[in-house]
Amino acid sequence: MPDLLAPLDTLYLVTLAGMTNWSVGFVTTIAIFGIVVLAMNVQWGYTGILNFGVVAFFMVGAYTSALLTLPPATGFSDYILGLELPILVGWAGGAVAGGVLALLVGLPTLRLRLDFLAIATIGVAAILRTVASSADNLVNRGRGMNGLPRLFNDLVDGSDYKWVLMGTTLITLALVYLLVRAVTASPWGRVLRAIRDNEATAQAAGKPTVRYRMQAFVLGGAIMGLAGAVYAHRVGSISPEAFSDLFGTFLPWTMLIVGGAGNNRGAVLGALVVGFFWFGTPLIQEDLPGSLGNQVFVWRQFAIGLLVVVFILWLPKGLLAEEPRVSRFLPRTVAGPPLLQRLRDRFRGRPAEDRSGT
Amino acid sequence: MDFVQLAIVGLLVGSVVGLGAMGLTLSFGIMKFANFSHGDMMTLGMFLAFAVVGNMGLAGPQMAPLSIPVGLIAGVVFAAAGVALLAAGVDRVVYRRLRRRGSATITMAIASLGIAIMLRAAIQLTWGPLPARYSTGINPAWRLPGDLLIKPDQVLIIGLTLVLAVALYLIMYRTRLGKAMRATADNAELADIAGIDTERIRLATWMIAGALIAVAGVMFAVQAQLRFDAGFEFLLPMFAATILGGIGNPWGALVGGLVVGISQETSTYWIPSGFKAGVPFMILIVMLLTRPRGLFGSTF
Repeated sequence: MPDLLAPLDTLYLVTLAGMTNWSVGFVTTIAIFGIVVLAMNVQWGYTGILNFGVVAFFMVGAYTSALLTLPPATGFSDYILGLELPILVGWAGGAVAGGVLALLVGLPTLRLRLDFLAIATIGVAAILRTVASSADNLVNRGRGMNGLPRLFNDLVDGSDYKWVLMGTTLITLALVYLLVRAVTASPWGRVLRAIRDNEATAQAAGKPTVRYRMQAFVLGGAIMGLAGAVYAHRVGSISPEAFSDLFGTFLPWTMLIVGGAGNNRGAVLGALVVGFFWFGTPLIQEDLPGSLGNQVFVWRQFAIGLLVVVFILWLPKGLLAEEPRVSRFLPRTVAGPPLLQRLRDRFRGRPAEDRSGT
Repeated sequence: MDFVQLAIVGLLVGSVVGLGAMGLTLSFGIMKFANFSHGDMMTLGMFLAFAVVGNMGLAGPQMAPLSIPVGLIAGVVFAAAGVALLAAGVDRVVYRRLRRRGSATITMAIASLGIAIMLRAAIQLTWGPLPARYSTGINPAWRLPGDLLIKPDQVLIIGLTLVLAVALYLIMYRTRLGKAMRATADNAELADIAGIDTERIRLATWMIAGALIAVAGVMFAVQAQLRFDAGFEFLLPMFAATILGGIGNPWGALVGGLVVGISQETSTYWIPSGFKAGVPFMILIVMLLTRPRGLFGSTF
């Protein structure tokens, strides 16, 4: 399990430098997850496409960027390409690769029942891991791709690099946020919501729903690919087993469900809240009593499964519910009840509104 | 390896996949959502049987010529009952609430993924991360004509699959419960109006699906090691078998399981065995492209 923050122990955290290091690393990681969860929002939150293979798109983006930016393979490694292109080209390539994968997966599945796509995507992730770890002369098999170039190489020295990394990742997150907000608030985004809520009606209104779904799925896949590329250069080396379903699919899903599907601020908030829990628990490991401390990694896994179920049952809209107002040209009359009100309603037994139709 | 020998291994894998897929297709057909926790229910079945023969130390003597100990008979019953109760309990606590609220079935699929993560973590917390075995007994293979090898354990697995398939057939087509299950799968509202207690039918369906997947898990683990993620790896082959046979069609699922198992194992005749896991996926994609309702028709 690739725990980006695991090497830090509590003793280290006590010092100010340690705390700063951890926080900078944490914010960088959360920003990457934020990008992934925003992409999932395009697919699931706005369009109702169930993608259980998020890690596949993330992984393809990471590997593509590695292949584009690394030097050609030498005697000890075997991988294709190795074009030594600039990192920005690598990122663009990662996004394109994620989009192309979405197109390939979407073609046989997007016109069928929604669960078929979920089943197929779980398969895609497993297949890609197998191919990456056992195909000869492709991506260096289980040894992975190592020594990826750093951002703005040579421009900054060691101790300042983490700030550059954090800043660049945050800017990328902000740009993706603005992009996703713009497209989901556009007329195109309203069609997506219409398809999600009632496909037959959208069809009756003359919208080619399969084509719209494909567009949303490809856009989401491309953003996931971009996130994978950002991640690859951040960690410097990637290998197939680093892209586990738990880390790359289930954790982002929990973030989206907790934050609030269909709300872009909710997506980022979910990444922050669930991410703080996920990456923060190892820090308190030593303070926990014996057996709990030893198994804290499994307990936090149990906890994210529980979070998904609890939120679906009692807070199906997440911490930040979807805005009912679909256009800035509409009057501001319809505001959803705030979180506390919704919680109160739940425990007084009033049924929470739930998404229906799909 | 010889092609026919590979086909025998495939028949074995196919039996496990088919048995698991029969339960998966029943719950899919009646509950109308893909249960992503089916694989981890399988793992739970493996470990519940291990609780009897391993943790409780009730293994007893080896049943020659099989490699398995006598205690595994109690183990498999315990596993089937345990997973059946768990599946029914999860329905009561989670899925029934969502049904009553009128949630989309896709929401239940997401909830089932949450259940899957919880189950896998709970199994790891209970039995630890290290692999285990039911017994260390040896199981010398029988030599068939044509220099083919088959182990007594493997004969048992294939036989048990056939027995359970016939039993499920009798339940589905010779009992009132089976008739009610088919009616609920066909049209739950109409079944409700006709006086069928569809909630009871759903519970019964979960229990049958849970028992079947638990037995499938134990049968797999007789041949291999118990690992906390073993069941999840069966999820895709089981879904492929379900879609191949048509959702809600248990016979289709059994045939689908055999097709998936045999084509996966015989594929290693041509391709490196590292890639055989891709075969069920290819079958799935080809089916979705050509006949998404399955070879034998679906209840949807």
